[in-house]
This record gives sequence, C-alpha cells and structure tokens, in this order.
Amino acid sequence: MSTHTPPVTFGASAGAGFATTHLDALTDEAITIIREVATECENPVLLFSGGKDSAVLLHLAVLAFAPARLPFPVMHVDTGHNFDEVIEYRDRFVSDLGARLVVASVQQSIDSGRVVEDTGPRPSRNRLQSVTLLDALAEHGFDAAFGGGRRDEDKARAKERILSFRDRQGRWDPRQQRPEPWDVLNARIRKGEHLRAFPLSNWTELDIWQYIAVHELPLPTIYYTHTRTVVERDGMLLSVGGPVVAEPHEVPYEAVVRYRTVGDASCTGAIESTAANVYDVIAEVAAARITERGATRADDTFSESAMEDRKREGYF
Amino acid sequence: MSNTATAQRGTLRIATAGSVDDGKSTLIGRLLHDTKTVFEDQLAAVVKASRRYGDGETNLALLTDGLRAEREQGITIDVAHRYFATPNRSFIVADTPGHAQYTRNMVTGASNADVAIVLVDARHGVLEQTRRHAFIATLLGVKSIVVAVNKMDLVGWDQAEFDCIAKEVTEYVRALPTPVPVTAIPMSALLGDNVVAASVHTPWYDGPPLLDWLEQFDAYPRGEVGGRLHVQRVIRPQGGEFADFRGYAGVVNGGGLAVGDAVTVLPAGTTTTIRAMHRAGKPVESAAAGHAVVIELATKVDVSRGDVLAMATSGTSPIVGEIVDADICWMVEQPLVVGSRWWFKHGSRTGRATVTGIDYHHDLVSLAQEPTHELALNALGHVRLHLSEPIVADRYADNPAGGRMILIDEATNSTAGAAMITAVIG
Repeated sequence: MSTHTPPVTFGASAGAGFATTHLDALTDEAITIIREVATECENPVLLFSGGKDSAVLLHLAVLAFAPARLPFPVMHVDTGHNFDEVIEYRDRFVSDLGARLVVASVQQSIDSGRVVEDTGPRPSRNRLQSVTLLDALAEHGFDAAFGGGRRDEDKARAKERILSFRDRQGRWDPRQQRPEPWDVLNARIRKGEHLRAFPLSNWTELDIWQYIAVHELPLPTIYYTHTRTVVERDGMLLSVGGPVVAEPHEVPYEAVVRYRTVGDASCTGAIESTAANVYDVIAEVAAARITERGATRADDTFSESAMEDRKREGYF
Repeated sequence: MSNTATAQRGTLRIATAGSVDDGKSTLIGRLLHDTKTVFEDQLAAVVKASRRYGDGETNLALLTDGLRAEREQGITIDVAHRYFATPNRSFIVADTPGHAQYTRNMVTGASNADVAIVLVDARHGVLEQTRRHAFIATLLGVKSIVVAVNKMDLVGWDQAEFDCIAKEVTEYVRALPTPVPVTAIPMSALLGDNVVAASVHTPWYDGPPLLDWLEQFDAYPRGEVGGRLHVQRVIRPQGGEFADFRGYAGVVNGGGLAVGDAVTVLPAGTTTTIRAMHRAGKPVESAAAGHAVVIELATKVDVSRGDVLAMATSGTSPIVGEIVDADICWMVEQPLVVGSRWWFKHGSRTGRATVTGIDYHHDLVSLAQEPTHELALNALGHVRLHLSEPIVADRYADNPAGGRMILIDEATNSTAGAAMITAVIG
C-alpha cells in the first residue's frame, strides 16, 4: 500500500480489477449530493475522522469540484484519544488533497468546562464529541456538515435521510424527519439550525473498500494486519496503552490484528486478521459474519438504541 | 452475502408497501436472513430484543424497525434502507411504514424505487392502505408491482383466496391513471415460503419465488426523450493551470449526451456544442442518464445554475413555462388550498409557487376524480401552480427527472408536497 496520497489529477484514469457499474452509480450519487449541498448552503464543512469512510468522502468531494479547489474546509473532531499514526495520516491526506483543516478539540471542551470527563473505570470520550462538534459548528457558523455515515452501519443510521435536519440544539428527531422524495434535496433552514449531509448513505462497507482499491487511496496502516498488544474485553480486542488500561483480571497478549473502523481509541476494537492489503480486506469483508460496528465498537453494543440516543444528541 | 462480482443486471431499488401489519418488515427481514445478509451479531440482537418485547419467535421485523419507538410499538414509523446482494444483483430496499399517518415516509421510500412490493394479508384482503400505496407507487413511477399475498399459512394455503386477492389488486392497478404490470406471489414471510426458496405448500403456483423474480426484473429505462442536464453548479477554478476552465456540473437525464453533440441552453435558447465531458474527474466521450458529469462547451455562452442544457437534435425538447399542472402527494398537516404560497424546487431551480387551482383529488376506492377545495395530509390530487420564474421541465411521464418538483412550507421549511408535472404551459 502506498503511504503517499496520489493527488487528484484532473483527467487521470484509475484502474479496477472488478466490475464497477454499481460503484460508479454510487459515485455519481455521492458527487451529486456533495455538489448540491455545497451550492445550496452558505458555509458547509466536511467532517473528517481519518477513518476509511471519511477518506472516501473527502476524495469524492475533491472530485466533485475538480479542477476547481474544494470550496469548503474539512473538520476533525479530535477526542485526544487517537491512534498516533491516524493524526499523521490526517494531516498528510488533507494537505495532499489541497484541503484546509479545522480541528475541534474535545480536550478543549473539557478544559473549558463545556463537558465533564467520564471518570468511570472505562472512560470514553466518544459521547463527549457531540458537544464539541455542535460548539464548533456554531463557532464557525457552519450550516451544513458532510458526514461519512452509512445506512448499513447501524439500524438507527438506516433511518437517516440523505440531507438531515438538525434543530437549534443540534438534535435529530427521527419521528419528525422531513420527507425526501427523489433526489430533490430541501436545504432550507433558519439561522442557528443546520443540516447533516450523508453522501455515502447507500454505500456498504464492501463498496467503500472497492472504491479505495479503484482509486488507490492510502489509509492509516492500522487498517491492515499488524501485531499489537491487546486485551479481550466484552468480546472485543482493545489495544493496551493510551486510554485503555488492562484491568487486574485481564491478561494482555500479542495478537495479529487489523482495525475495521478507526474511531476513539478507548472504544474501538481490533479484529484478528492477516489481511495485508486492500484486496485481502475486500475478500475478508465479503466473507464477514459480524457487522463492522458490532465487531469493533464498544459504544454501540452498550445498549439496543445506543446509536439512536447519541444521534438525537447531535452525534455524527 | 455480498459478492465482489455482483451487479451484472444493475442495482435494483425496491420499496415495500401495503397496510400496517401485513408483514412488510418481516418480509425484508426474511429476504435479508435467507440471502445470508444478516450478520451474526444482528441476529443475536434481534433474538434478544424479540424476547424483551415478548414476541414468541424471533421477530425478523426488528431487523429494519431500528428506532426505539418502532420496536416498542411493533410498527414502522419511518423508512429504513437496507442493502443486500446475490451473485446476480445488488439490491437497495426501502422498508416503508404502513400507517396512513406516515404516508409521507412511504412516499420518500417509494420515490426512488424501480419495483414496489405491495403486501396483502391473505386473511384481510385488500385494504384502503393497499390501494393508497399501489396508487402512490404507480404515480411515482415504479416500473412494476409485485403483490405479495402474505400469511398464506393462516388461510391454509388456499388457492382461491390467493386468486381472489391477486385479481382484485391487478384490476385495481389496471384502472389507475398510470398502470404498470402486476405479478402476484403467494407467500409466508414469517415461514419463508416463496420468498427465497419455492414453497412446498403451493403446488398450484407455478411462478418463481420473490427473490428469483427480483433478480430477473429488467429495470432499464425506456422511452428516452433526449439527453438533458440541469446545471447544478458552474465549476470555475479561477487561476492556476485551469484558469480558463469553465464547466457545468449536473446529472445527465432523459437520455445520453456525447462530446460533439449540439445542445440548446434553456431558457435562453442559445445553441452550442459539447466540447468535453468529465465524470468523477475523468474525461469521457459520452455519458448515460444518471451519470454525474461536468460539461465544457465549445463557445462562451451565458449559463448558470438552474439553466438546462438539452440535446438540440432530440425528438422532444423540454418546455419552458411559469404555469404547471401536476399530480401531487400532500405531506404536511397544513392543507394545500387555492391561493396558498410555497417554495418550489425543480431540478436546480428554486422560487415561489402559488396554487391557482385544485382540479380534483383522487378517491382511492372508486378512483373517481372528486372536486375539492383543499388537499389534506396524505391526499393525492391534481393542481395548477403559478411559479415566480419559468422552469425548464418535462412531463413526469416522459422524463421523471425533468418532471419532478417539491413544494416547501415557507414557515417551517418542511418538504410539503411531491409534485409530478403533467403539463407545462409556456
């Protein structure tokens, strides 16, 4: 896997090892959504976590406006609980694509008293991100935020509109969503309200990986197989170090793993895998019997409606 | 499970329809389960939730009823989108709610569908919601309807019951303003009969199970009117290597476009030629309907967002006008009345629309066109709108992408109506 981002060369063609009709249709749809929202809204922003979905989203956004520059900035909501190389990757990928990066820091939200750090035995900053995100949207006056959320990730996400309304408190009301007939997007809002746009709504995990293969997108190397010291907790492999501390009854051990999602390090689990490149990963994902979030996100297995509850509060 | 070599026939978009408790979510759960699309952790969660909500057996509807309120009440409130693939095809499924009060969400799900699967409970037969949904689905332009006569196990797999329901729906759809072919399949979504595998209980049925039918269905668009592009955005790098670049971004619809084609810029009426075209940043010689492209023109002409580039040589040109007649699905509490004003959005053009006439509303049972003074929530009717600026449109029946429009509530900004243009008066 290349570690350097091939810049989007306007006019260059990419190769593919498989039929791409379905992927091309998803690409057309995503690019159209990005163009429409960026044109209708005054001050949009693209949320970028350094994970695979946001890498695909940012790449599509750059293609949508090429050869002109990306007409909006990219924002990372930084929990401070990151995998080091994800931050390096973020900075390089965003800069290689010629985008401008804004960082909103959960640590700053804690320091300024906007949120209180969880002091339980297994602290996570995942839920605190919603406050930091909403504060940053307000501070910069962003009226629309592009996110990499996909409907196949979670049953609450499966209910999302492509262009989803958020009230002045940043809340999602799943019982009162605007109808969304066809692809005619209604971007009208009042001051203080905002929109979330999900251009990857109809993509599956496999579609994401195929796009990564076709466009040879670099990813943080933790998406591919490596050896790591982990503990097994609630059926998940958590990397020891940083926010995760082995508890007395837990025995850390070396495992051959990769990450299927990249999120807050305190609640993102690795999976056992020997997939060394994008084609290995595609084969692995096609044969997977556990969902992406079920295998890797402690926050979603916590309760039956964990994602819905977080989304109602303003989560991604 | 998904396969890397899918989609030989192109993606098929499906929406469920039918009355509450006819088994829509259970059917989708069954399709996902029997195509091995349900993951182990999802199934474990559903088994656990089924116990919690007191359902006797594993309730597959919980696979799509993802909101807490839905799971508690055992109903579908909003559309859920699910994805599955067989070795032959990729599917996008919109599981829509059956309750009349959530019809707007059914419209959302059905508006993008190629096929509507209308469920009917074999014990209860055709209900008002069955008719409403079949009507809406055909008005929105699905290409075919599958009548899933469900819960056949509860009527003893009785062929006469099935034939009766199949005939009633087929005749109803045939009498609609925009009829489409109807296929009826006897099934039990709960038990899996005739969903993915053929049933041993219906020896009198010689058609395919549902999944086979869906895999074979040809959803390719017909009756092209000629390529058009509603300009979404003008791409102007303004500096650097591409300082002189000027491209017009949008989605090709109504037919294909190719480099060298003569196009008319509407509403201005100037004619020029396509010099170059790009799709996802790559140069292309031609583009088909649905492709998102950037078009460069051979001459410097005035083109901005909301304008339309249309093939100058095609059989049917779009119509430019400020007065439109349209079928409309009404989706908000505030009724649509003559004199009311709304925002409209058509293609990439937005403005004000004033309702100047309500010709009739559709009575869903008699199919009569009844005169009315207003369209209430969930009503279907035919209206005349005067727009604040001209649009470049097609009749929905000729080219859906050029004939669809939404109305937006000026006070709340909610999407209030889905309009399908039947005439543009220039």
